[in-house]
Amino acid sequence: MERLFNFVYEYRAFFTFLALEVFCTWLIIENNQYQGTMYFNSANRVSANILNFSQGVKEYFSLRKINGDLAKENTLLLKKLERLNQSLYSLGTREVKDAAIINRYDFISAKVVNNSTSQFKNFITIDQGLIEAIKPGMAVIGALGAVGKVRAVSAHYAVVISLLNTDEQVSSIIKRTGYFGTIQWDGTDPRLTNLRYIPRHAKPVEGDTVVTSGYNSVFPGGVMIGIIKKINLKEEALFYDIKVELAQDFGNLTYVEVVKSNLKMEKDSLELNVVGPR
Amino acid sequence: MNRSAIIQVFYFFLYLLVQVMLLKNLVLFNVSFCFLYVAYILLLPIDTNPLVLMVVGFLMGFMVDVFYDSLGLHACTVVMIAYLRNFWLASITPQGGYDAGAGPVIAANGFQWFIVYSLPLVFVHHFVLFFVEAGGFSVFWYTMLKVITSLFFTMTTIILLQYLFYDQRRL
Repeated sequence: MERLFNFVYEYRAFFTFLALEVFCTWLIIENNQYQGTMYFNSANRVSANILNFSQGVKEYFSLRKINGDLAKENTLLLKKLERLNQSLYSLGTREVKDAAIINRYDFISAKVVNNSTSQFKNFITIDQGLIEAIKPGMAVIGALGAVGKVRAVSAHYAVVISLLNTDEQVSSIIKRTGYFGTIQWDGTDPRLTNLRYIPRHAKPVEGDTVVTSGYNSVFPGGVMIGIIKKINLKEEALFYDIKVELAQDFGNLTYVEVVKSNLKMEKDSLELNVVGPR
Repeated sequence: MNRSAIIQVFYFFLYLLVQVMLLKNLVLFNVSFCFLYVAYILLLPIDTNPLVLMVVGFLMGFMVDVFYDSLGLHACTVVMIAYLRNFWLASITPQGGYDAGAGPVIAANGFQWFIVYSLPLVFVHHFVLFFVEAGGFSVFWYTMLKVITSLFFTMTTIILLQYLFYDQRRL
């Protein structure tokens, strides 16, 4: 027994090394699991405040750009509203009368305090949290398109798993044809993402719009993701290789909307009853 | 706690804050990163106890991880170079040995020696960091590009800082 202790003592540096590395590996694996309850991330109070300060300084240099983007979004929304009004007027009625369906989604505006596009697994920190009833699993969209999904929340902040994260997958459809696939980033160019599992017979063309499908009730259906840039079909391949140019520029994200899906519980529990857990 | 330990604690937080507030936003061409905080571990005095080195390295890496949202990743790589550092220092001892209490810096041992000392360690750090983050070798050449360009960026910064803030003991 004494010799064992002597042995451990002699190689104490190596054993400390081993213990620390095993602990780190456990942290990495634990952190990769989806939607865990975590404390040590950029949403905790100290780190979020520091990041908030550094973002505040940075923001002064892009105020003009932010203004322009917000104005652009405003005109887009006004145009949409006007079009809707016109169509309702000609119909003479509101098609959907159920208030629950009309108020399916609530939107909460939030400011981005931390963002990156150059890692393989990118996250975004926003300045709204539990106090605004934000929960893990909610969708986050920007002025121009989908941004990501909430992963962890603290009282005043939330960490969002960005579309530019190799672990993030979003169910989406090609708007023109209605075929659905999955958006998943490959970790290289932050302006391009990949659309997977579009079958051979779907015949997509360059310039087709890709939007969210709404199947998993995280994202509302029809949220813009991007435009097909390049299509490649290998011999014998079951699915297309499709590169999609993202509509939202992740490089200068400043304000985003968190989507609260009010009917998610109902839909999920219905599906769980019929199909069973997936 | 003596005076030099307090100075080291101050440097610890200085390196950490510079890393997470300034250098986190400074990524060249979307592939070239500057992980200057590695220099803190590399430049600690030569006679530092390896156990202390590893624990300090772990704390540094862990705190960087909190800001980068990559729990365990930086901690794992910094502990690795903290462990390798003293073996590497022992095997490249110059003739006549090191000065007692000196840091492994350019001012004490010369430019060439410093390159031989720091380049492999920084390379190991970046290599492990990017490949663990990528989760394997699936995008090998792109990850390799990140490793090499970041190596240049980090090394240039470490060397420039030593010439800018000239100090016999350490940066």
